[in-house]
Amino acid sequence: MFQERASTVGSLVALEKKKTCSYATGAALSNSTSQFHFYIPEAGYLEESPIEFGQISAPKTSSGIPSEESFSSPSSLPASFPFASSESVPLPFPMGHGTTTLAFMFQGGVLAAADTRSSCSGLVACPAAQKILPIHSHLVGTTSGTSADCALWKRILSRELRLYQLRHGRRLSTGGAAKLLSHMLHPFKGTELCVAATLCGWDGGELDDGCRDDHKGSETDDSERRDTTETPKADVETTAGAPGEKVSLSKTQSSSRTKRQCSRRKISFSGPGLFYVCSDGTRLEGKLFSVGSGSPYAYSILDQGVRWGLTVEEATSIAREAVYRATRRDAYSGNFVDIYHVTANGWTRRTREDLKEEYYREKERRRLERERRGTTSSE
Amino acid sequence: MLSAQSFGGPGKMKEYHYTGAVENRFSPYAFNGGTVLAVAGEDFAIVASDTRLSEGYSIHSRDSPKCYKLTDTTVIGCSGFHGDCLTLTKIIDARLKMYKHSNNKTMTSGAIAAMLSTILYGRRFFPYYVYNIIGGLDEEGKGAVYSFDPVGSYQRDTYKAGGSASAMLQPLLDNQIGFKNMEGVQHVPLTQEKAVQLVKDVFISAAERDVYTGDALRICIVTKEGINEQTIPLRKD
Repeated sequence: MFQERASTVGSLVALEKKKTCSYATGAALSNSTSQFHFYIPEAGYLEESPIEFGQISAPKTSSGIPSEESFSSPSSLPASFPFASSESVPLPFPMGHGTTTLAFMFQGGVLAAADTRSSCSGLVACPAAQKILPIHSHLVGTTSGTSADCALWKRILSRELRLYQLRHGRRLSTGGAAKLLSHMLHPFKGTELCVAATLCGWDGGELDDGCRDDHKGSETDDSERRDTTETPKADVETTAGAPGEKVSLSKTQSSSRTKRQCSRRKISFSGPGLFYVCSDGTRLEGKLFSVGSGSPYAYSILDQGVRWGLTVEEATSIAREAVYRATRRDAYSGNFVDIYHVTANGWTRRTREDLKEEYYREKERRRLERERRGTTSSE
Repeated sequence: MLSAQSFGGPGKMKEYHYTGAVENRFSPYAFNGGTVLAVAGEDFAIVASDTRLSEGYSIHSRDSPKCYKLTDTTVIGCSGFHGDCLTLTKIIDARLKMYKHSNNKTMTSGAIAAMLSTILYGRRFFPYYVYNIIGGLDEEGKGAVYSFDPVGSYQRDTYKAGGSASAMLQPLLDNQIGFKNMEGVQHVPLTQEKAVQLVKDVFISAAERDVYTGDALRICIVTKEGINEQTIPLRKD
């Protein structure tokens, strides 16, 4: 069941060709999954059956892992790590999935909204789940897919971002966090891991006091804190998760900005960031995303109303309306709506709202309008 | 001993009559039935489970409770595949001891919940087929219930039912404890006596309608004085 869920997510966003990135063996990535020594069942154990009658011979295990050269976590996996999902154990229980989440960027920052229904093959496992998880003070992520995967990988991402912040004295940008998450999920491509997240954040302009030389002063301030309203270009954000690239940063920075002598990294962009990351390897940047089984319904509302110049109230009401319509039409979405708003000061959360009330309010509105018109119109 | 593959899913039996060739593959999982329930109150928590251990059409034991005491303030209820329940509780006990020895204090309920989540996720590709519910007191002495799915997703609740009769019990708890889907009722906080009585009634109802639930009910009441256990008989058919 979770297999079909993953394919639904994949069909909603066009799969991008993965660029072959060369990983640096930075400390940031080395132990990202060493905490989890994933136990993979030996395929041989599963093929042996006490009942041999009617047995079909099992396919051979794929020998050798495709070389993930510098990604050290495969060393913690057993050698017969099955990349093809046909090797995995058939599960006797269904996994939870099915949702409506959306996020978009506007002049007031980034708004993220989601429903709260956590379903499990027809049963509502939890009517009040939390699908928008704050990662740090200026970054929230919406989750879709298997809830356990999303919760755990978000935790790992928070840890890695915090380590990055401690090592480099500044927060990693949204694009960098998205790249980090995408790289962490890459070894599990082809397995049943299912994570489809949008990372919504505000890239900061602050640096740690200790890492700036005094004579730089206000000049670097002006060039750094450019509040742009343009779409952030992915290549401008050289804040990839590997510290090994730090040294090359000062060389590859475009000429308009490098006046620094030291090899300190430099914030070249400050403003909202919105990225979509999927466990099949997709990493997209954009201004508007909706993910989940209810996303077609949400897209229809959002495409109608979202523009850059919205006020915060208008944006909130559009997001709320989009989630409400999706919950009305999609069986796997429902219950409440959560809205998070990310600005330069961090994220704020709107009180969770019960959509049942909204449904009754709308019925009341329709009834009053029918009475006012004085005709018996159909629903 | 029947292999779980002859069943259509957890708790469902396939008919014996079939048309065509069937591949019988060994499944490492079995479904042993059982229901677990936990309720959190103001200063108490209740974890209750039935004591029937079944497999397919047979009952293996009438006295196999599914609540396990972890610390003086935490009880865990595990239902699903009994083999994985036993191993998981052994692993949790070992990790509790390790924590106690290295940190010189017992783990709090919230910490146990977070640890269990990582233990379960460590087996993401060959999961423990166990539905866990942890009930206990948090650091402030308030009741806490943490419910898990088999791969480690968890959250804190006020009440939760898990196991074979969970789909029947959860709506009833929503209504009686959460006062959901009712209009014009007063929301009174749950007292310990009322909670215990509610749990007994709820399990009696579950035993009527779910074949895998019955025999006896084990209730563990966690308060700051300690853990109090009661056993109440249920229908045995």
